[in-house]
Amino acid sequence: MKMNGKVMTVKEGMTVEELLHQEGYRLGRIAVERNGEILPKSQYAATRVEKDDVYEIVNFVGGG
Amino acid sequence: MNQSILSKEQIKEVLIERHGKQVYEKLKNAHVAIAGLGGLGSNVAVMLTRAGIGSLHLVDSDKVESSNLNRQIYRMKHLGRYKTKALTQELKEINPYIRITEDTIKVTEENAAELFKEDLYICEAFDVPECKAMLINTLLAAREDVFMVAGSGMAGYDSSNQIRTRKRMKNLWVCGDEINGIEEKGSLMAPRVAICAGHQANLLIRLLLGEKEERRNYAGR
Repeated sequence: MKMNGKVMTVKEGMTVEELLHQEGYRLGRIAVERNGEILPKSQYAATRVEKDDVYEIVNFVGGG
Repeated sequence: MNQSILSKEQIKEVLIERHGKQVYEKLKNAHVAIAGLGGLGSNVAVMLTRAGIGSLHLVDSDKVESSNLNRQIYRMKHLGRYKTKALTQELKEINPYIRITEDTIKVTEENAAELFKEDLYICEAFDVPECKAMLINTLLAAREDVFMVAGSGMAGYDSSNQIRTRKRMKNLWVCGDEINGIEEKGSLMAPRVAICAGHQANLLIRLLLGEKEERRNYAGR
């Protein structure tokens, strides 16, 4: 699978939520696109990472 | 009437002289919503108004505070006033004929889709990262058609050149360095915030004028 353009291998059956935790993201501060579509937060825990998946994770930082 | 107030025709004339009739017409008929009227939002609103945008939807629940003056367009006379009201007043001094809709309300997961239902081009200009993420997640899940222009990473005084515009998702563009938050840098200063706001405003103009801002390959976060 790919995350922000980087090819990665994840263990089988891993969920998106587990992947995000593993990568150190704070779930309240991100938006996740999976294969070209926004992935609602409510589905992070129920969605399994497939080997051909492409993810874009936008991490928001403070200030405005 | 005060002699120094330009007529609608005079403003039209100068804008056409600057931008050409085609650009003038497109921007005149364009509408943008701005969520958050702080350093990013207030600057974006001023820039779009100067460019001749026809209408704006301004959304913020805060009042102008003394801590805003270091980077937001407000002045001492605005202290204690709602940002929606203060900003509308400033914008009307640039172009009295701009149409403005104000919502002095806190944007939440529950009301976001309803609040922005009439808007197609939406500028995310909050300062709290959780609010930024909430707005993007809520609107992108609710809508297929929006153009979301977000700001992330403009704190401190690192190089201006780190701030850029990138298309990150199907309907989401992010302006900023995507790294430097207020948490890390401990400061927010007018120049970098305005640079980021300039990216957002220019991108909005480009999108409104039909320019393509496509996704490029990029590695890393």
